[in-house]
Amino acid sequence: MDNSLIIKSVNKFRGKAQVLQDIDLAVAPGERLALLGHNGAGKSTLIKSILGLTPIHGGSISINGAKPGSAAARADTAFLPEAVSFHPALTGREQLNLFANLSGAPADVPALLERVGLADALDRRIGTYSKGMRQRLGLAQVLLGRPKVALLDEPTSGLDPISRQDLYAIIDELAEQGTAVLIASHALTEVEARTDRIAILRKGVKVADNTLAELSSEAALPTRLRITARAGEIEKLAQKVGGTRVNGASIELCCSADQKMNELRRIAALGDVVVDISMTPPRLEDLYRHFAKESRQ
Amino acid sequence: MTPRALAIAGSELRILRRNRWLFMATLIMVLFALALTFAGSAPTGTLGVDMLTVSVASMTTLSVYLAPLLALMMSFDAISGDRDRGSLSLLLSYPAGRGEILLGKFLSHLAALAFAMTVGFGTAGALAAWSGGAGADSLLALGRLIATSILLGAVFLALGYGVSSISGSSTAAAGMSAALWLIFVVLYDLGLLGAVVMDEGGVFTQSIFPWLMVANPADAFRVWNIAASETIAVTSGMTGAASALPSWAAPLSLLIWPLIGLGLARVAFGRVEP
Repeated sequence: MDNSLIIKSVNKFRGKAQVLQDIDLAVAPGERLALLGHNGAGKSTLIKSILGLTPIHGGSISINGAKPGSAAARADTAFLPEAVSFHPALTGREQLNLFANLSGAPADVPALLERVGLADALDRRIGTYSKGMRQRLGLAQVLLGRPKVALLDEPTSGLDPISRQDLYAIIDELAEQGTAVLIASHALTEVEARTDRIAILRKGVKVADNTLAELSSEAALPTRLRITARAGEIEKLAQKVGGTRVNGASIELCCSADQKMNELRRIAALGDVVVDISMTPPRLEDLYRHFAKESRQ
Repeated sequence: MTPRALAIAGSELRILRRNRWLFMATLIMVLFALALTFAGSAPTGTLGVDMLTVSVASMTTLSVYLAPLLALMMSFDAISGDRDRGSLSLLLSYPAGRGEILLGKFLSHLAALAFAMTVGFGTAGALAAWSGGAGADSLLALGRLIATSILLGAVFLALGYGVSSISGSSTAAAGMSAALWLIFVVLYDLGLLGAVVMDEGGVFTQSIFPWLMVANPADAFRVWNIAASETIAVTSGMTGAASALPSWAAPLSLLIWPLIGLGLARVAFGRVEP
């Protein structure tokens, strides 16, 4: 039992609708797993099931060997809810002190708040915080007491780009200290570089669960080439190359990974009609669209 | 009393102090108690009792309305407020159990209520005693009024948590709390009164009505305060119903209701999916 978080064939119903269907998922200590999916795909429901806040109907969930909602599981789990807010009358320090007391672990609250960049706002009321600052405060409580499993629901919502970088640096630290991190997110481009593995949910079904590289080759998505013609010669180029015109001067072509070099040679042979070529390999966004949107048999 | 419940109680008490709730509630209690004490001081001479007795009788009438109201104002968003902010799921992901969370909130709210009641009734009582005299009996009545007001508040704190748990939002919880107050404090009595009038002094009025009355915590509060003190019964002029009951009935009702309320609140909170 090496994995910190093990989810085995979990089913959940809301009324007659099945919101989670036969979900299997495992996160190892120190691993960062991105959980992707549309709104209503079941990401938040899955997280609430792991926390024991909502019952599951079949299957099992184990947090470091403990059942969801048990005292042991709650002591081992850290959670950052989506768009969390706290009581506006308390200060950041007071709120974090409360969480430290509840978790039962002694904590250096000022140091934690400094780590998330709230050192200046330590004794200000949360009512005066911006959305990003509240999110940072939420993140600070995740760092309390070295959790075995961290569940982050849309952790970057409301954060500016610099703050996002900080956030992922903190997530990396968590992973380094051996925490299994599960990040539910919409922000595909960030997740791409910052996680070890990607799982995609669609309507309560897990449709993908692998590393980015493996998912790319599994999906066999085409590489996109954009070719820009010399002024006034776009018609000529279009006849020779094919593809679709995207604006007055460019053509877009799609080709599979193994055809890429052939295409490039063919285009290069056209001589100085071609001014520029740019090449876009499939990104997570394309993969996501492939796995999450298109109906697959 | 667990350390986690105490941590929550400390935090809640800080919130009550900081958003001026504690100050406002105490001020309201002091002002109303003073106003009633001095507006109601006229019959002192005719009834031949000291002024504190009259004051306590007036304040008993006040507390029936005000104690439940203040309690519900504090408790109606105790659960739904956290859920609206999205912090309830976070709170529940910590090792504190739901019973501990409820107990922590209850302790702090009860402490705030006790403070407001003691200061409000205490101030008015002290002024009444100073200006119009007081005896051992009337001082005891004042102490009883404060203690029973806190108990009555405890009932409605607990009922408020239940309402807060089962309603979808704080707005809905506020509406349901207002309905709860209206039913327990006003409509229930009106219903009983109607039944008594229809019955014209029959079996219902003789044997069922007093028990039905004392089953309502607000009426139990009134009966306890009135029945326990002869002189207050004289000033309030409602001895009939109280004398038909054994003396333990009203205290039992008022003591058992907070437990019933907390039990209901615990069950309702247990069913909350944040």
